[in-house]
Amino acid sequence: MPRTLINVPKTAKAGEIVEVRAMIAHPMETGQRMGVNGAMIPRDIVNRFVCTYGSEVVFAADLWPAVSANPFLSFSLRAKEAGVITFSWTEDSGAVHVATADITVT
Amino acid sequence: MSPIPHLKRRDVLLGAAAGLAVLALPARAMARPEMQEAVKAFTKGAMAQEGRVRLDLSPIVENGNAVPLTVDVESPMESADHVRRIALFNEKNPQADIAIFHLSPASGRARISTRIRLATSQQVIAVAEMSDGTYWSQTRDVVVTLAACIEVL
Repeated sequence: MPRTLINVPKTAKAGEIVEVRAMIAHPMETGQRMGVNGAMIPRDIVNRFVCTYGSEVVFAADLWPAVSANPFLSFSLRAKEAGVITFSWTEDSGAVHVATADITVT
Repeated sequence: MSPIPHLKRRDVLLGAAAGLAVLALPARAMARPEMQEAVKAFTKGAMAQEGRVRLDLSPIVENGNAVPLTVDVESPMESADHVRRIALFNEKNPQADIAIFHLSPASGRARISTRIRLATSQQVIAVAEMSDGTYWSQTRDVVVTLAACIEVL
């Protein structure tokens, strides 16, 4: 499991717009680079990111190799109810990495 | 008698004017077709109008491996009127696509930040798809001093 770093405010007022930041340690290998003996290094990137709040998908991203290594994303959410925010990153290989954060809404 | 008898002053001026006109062609017209095609594929052939989108990106970047950028779209983000998707495309990387972000009224605000790779000095375009089916965009030119994709293992 690669290291993930997520930043969600612990508490928010109902209806407040909060900023969420998410990062995963990943090389985002482009598939364009040459390794030893001129052999191409195969592509290995995180191609999909999904953020779920409660049971609703609130943000998603399709990524290409032009996204930097250790992909960082920052976006907003409208706080509505206390619950769990789930972040998931899908790799080319199909492996899925998940991180969660709790938010309290007052 | 003039040394070049067939070259009239009028012709010289006309030629100079034509040369200037070529130089003054908008940068957009010289952008590589891959980016235009990628934008067309995203908008399904519709025209992306300039405006409503703000692409915040430093005009000169030192390291093309991690170029921070922010896209901000003017929208109330309500179910009747919100931003559905924001796409980023580049002109001269091996692939024109950078990322597509899917938003919803639950986003509250149409603003995203990320970090991208740029292989060389080029244009970057952000295109936003609104819930009413219109497309808006902003293009930025970036000068990259240290390109991505050149580091040795």
